Amino acid sequence: MRIGVVTFPGSLDDVDAQRAVRIGGNEAVALWHGDESLQGVDAVVLPGGFSYGDYLRCGAISRFSPVMTTIVEAAERGMPVLGICNGFQVLCESHLLPGALVRNNHQKFVCRDQRLRIENASTAWTSAFEVGQEITVVLKNGEGSFVADEATLDRLEGEGQVVARYLGADPNGSQRAIAGVTNAAGNVVGLMPHPEHAVETLTGPGTDGLGFFTSLAERVFA
Amino acid sequence: MARVVVDVMPKPEILDPQGKAVAGALPRLGFTGITEVRQGKRFELEVAEVTDAVLADIEKAAETLLSNPVIENYTVRVEDQA
Repeated sequence: MRIGVVTFPGSLDDVDAQRAVRIGGNEAVALWHGDESLQGVDAVVLPGGFSYGDYLRCGAISRFSPVMTTIVEAAERGMPVLGICNGFQVLCESHLLPGALVRNNHQKFVCRDQRLRIENASTAWTSAFEVGQEITVVLKNGEGSFVADEATLDRLEGEGQVVARYLGADPNGSQRAIAGVTNAAGNVVGLMPHPEHAVETLTGPGTDGLGFFTSLAERVFA
Repeated sequence: MARVVVDVMPKPEILDPQGKAVAGALPRLGFTGITEVRQGKRFELEVAEVTDAVLADIEKAAETLLSNPVIENYTVRVEDQA
């Protein structure tokens, strides 16, 4: 699979995401925020970081960049899109995913290894996992508290759109301990923790994050 | 020239950790009697003249870019000329 990774001004984890894409057995294609072209990629990863300095709101300005206009259209047609951390914020600001991400309830930046439970293993990005599987990946955010109104939360739970949940102590005040969600079609996934930092034992807490980067190929060649 | 002000505030049901931090610091400085603080944003938009079309445009800008309707409310008002 050819998977594009977008670099916005202020992106931090784009190179790590490219590396994870390659370790997952795919070709990584660098995409530029100012370029409308997706260079024919099969899927897109929006990486973590502080695009546009988090000015206005996290992801609010990136959402209107030329590349996002194309990505929103492609996602609505079914192209798989994974947004990690700041990428998740961009997807919420784009209204490709419901809810929003606000400042951690305790005000502090959190950086630690985080246990998660996979709640939905049928999305384009999580089919390598099993429902109920517990994984450990890196969590690092200042504005990672997932919020939505009660009706939206009930709908997400009811439709199986919660992709992953935090286990153990609440890291950031996310409602219903939600760490990641998907859209109704299951092609767009947003995740606050960073699976791309957990694909090699040398530099991460393990390789539990790898499934996010192998799921697409497994799905296609299954 | 005229100025249009857009105020953006977190919705009442959204936790505002920044406002809470400010509220926590006030008593330490001797400012007692303030029971709650909510922190928002103020945008000052300069326009050549205020017309219904301009205000409609600003309303749209406030809804699409200046605020996120999922977590924030906004108000638009024309500032009095000094």
